[in-house]
Amino acid sequence: MMDDLQELYQEVILDHNKSPRNYEVLANHNHFAEGDNPLCGDHIDVYLKVEGNTIKDIAFQGKGCAISKASASLMTSELKGRSLTETKELFEKFHKMVTSEIDETPDMDGLGKLAVLSGVKVFPLRIKCASLAWHTMNAALENNKELISTED
Amino acid sequence: MDYSGSILQTDVMTSLDVEKIRADFPILSQKVHGKDLAFLDNAASSQKPQQVLDATNNYYKTQHANIHRGVYHLSQVATFAYENSRKKIQKFINAASEKEIIFVRGTTEGINLVASSYGKDNVKAGDEIIITHMEHHSNIVPWQMLCKEKDAKLQVVPINDDGEMIFEELEKLISEKTKLIALAHISNSLGTINPVKDVIELAHQHNIPVLLDGAQAVPHEKVDVQELDCDFYTFSSHKVYGPTGIGVLYGKEELLEKMGPYQGGGDMIKSVTFEKTTYNDLPHKFEAGTPDIAGVVGLAVAIDYVESIGYDNIFQHEQELLKCGTEALSQIDGLKIIGTAKNKASVISFDMDGIHPHDIGQFLDNDGIAVRTGHHCTQPVMDRFNVPATTRASFSFYNTKEEIDRLVAGLIKVKEVFS
Ligand SMILES: Cc1ncc(COP(=O)(O)O)c(C=O)c1O
Repeated sequence: MMDDLQELYQEVILDHNKSPRNYEVLANHNHFAEGDNPLCGDHIDVYLKVEGNTIKDIAFQGKGCAISKASASLMTSELKGRSLTETKELFEKFHKMVTSEIDETPDMDGLGKLAVLSGVKVFPLRIKCASLAWHTMNAALENNKELISTED
Repeated sequence: MDYSGSILQTDVMTSLDVEKIRADFPILSQKVHGKDLAFLDNAASSQKPQQVLDATNNYYKTQHANIHRGVYHLSQVATFAYENSRKKIQKFINAASEKEIIFVRGTTEGINLVASSYGKDNVKAGDEIIITHMEHHSNIVPWQMLCKEKDAKLQVVPINDDGEMIFEELEKLISEKTKLIALAHISNSLGTINPVKDVIELAHQHNIPVLLDGAQAVPHEKVDVQELDCDFYTFSSHKVYGPTGIGVLYGKEELLEKMGPYQGGGDMIKSVTFEKTTYNDLPHKFEAGTPDIAGVVGLAVAIDYVESIGYDNIFQHEQELLKCGTEALSQIDGLKIIGTAKNKASVISFDMDGIHPHDIGQFLDNDGIAVRTGHHCTQPVMDRFNVPATTRASFSFYNTKEEIDRLVAGLIKVKEVFS
């Protein structure tokens, strides 16, 4: 069991929790959304600066557990400079990874550092923590100004 | 910091034979992730002794039929079991009459019943309902809904930094517009024991009825509704070692008598034609439909169980755990206890510098320790103390100082991981 817990709280995750990357309000953003996980009281703001088909810059701010914070931090690091098409593919891959069956080996090709979050699938209650940033980012791209909730 | 010389080396000195009590609770002997279960989430729901499990099981095995409906043997046995439990509960909270004991699904439904039935006839536009800042969502939302419907106003008594209601502010809020005061007897997220007798006395000077949310009080202390002189009192079975899905609403007979029914259906009527229905007498007027008979039977046995241990012993043991727990947790650097009222039940909510309660809860779970993490259905309390969530340990008479030691050790480990 401790192995699962160690798998969940890997060094990379603890590090991103402690010093989250791209943790700021992006001054000249053109996409924004807020996300909430009412069950934990987590809240996240995601800012994007999109030019043409490319994410020029991305940042976040918020309150949350180590998993949600690290996931947001890793996401922003991974998405900076990506095309919107790549972003969509990554989102889908990430989603598959964290929601796959426990005995299933998901395709993690191209996920890079995001793969460290694969440990959450053993902890069903924490999947929402890992996905909150991604759903919020997705909503921001759709320029959905409404509050995103994991409880819908 | 050296934690090896834990302050918990002195034994908890109480007259309870905790080992013997624990043997009554089958669930407590199970392993979680290979560790002994330390169940420290009793404020959310407590575990059930074998006696309660046997009672509900036995009811279904030998006594079940629908109640108040048949002339045959089993229906009478079931009706007797149900109504006898009502009598037991009447004595348990010292209500004047069994007509004042209404079975509901739980505290939440008890409050909704009063908000709906009492509110319907007694609250109008411009009136006010007073609650406190420390209420559970179930003692906020029904009043909000009523106020919205009636164009009335919800007034909130603020709390101080220790998590105690500010009594003078209540005095200021009371006016001729006040139609009801509803407050927790004991707060679930802070542990604060409210000065409910003083509140009731003050309210009655202004002829305002008071509803007490007793969900957290009944498991910890003897409740005497006549001594309190409260107008409504409600609690949940599952927090007092009984089955889930059942609870009690007490109301003074004269108030209940005047209130219209809550739900319509079978059992709550005397006669029905398509033109007119005559409602049944108390308490049946408020019990539409087939109730949770087995739950009621189980609750009565849970009450027997609690009384056999004795509230004096329970209070003493739990207060000792509270004291030990508070002292031990306070020694952890960066840990801040939220809810430091002078009068407290055995509930410790806390915040740990920069570590989210969810992460804490996940690590403790791995050690077999069950604590609650989150907002505890009291978001306004979280806002008041400026935290998104807390970790909460809440103790029952079956908890031990060893379990508190394990909690402390677990928290120190979490701190190391996140430092
Ligand atoms: C103070 C308080 N009030 C009300 C409730 C609601 O109780 P129930 O969910 O059993 O209806 C709870 C329990 O969560 C509580 O602690």
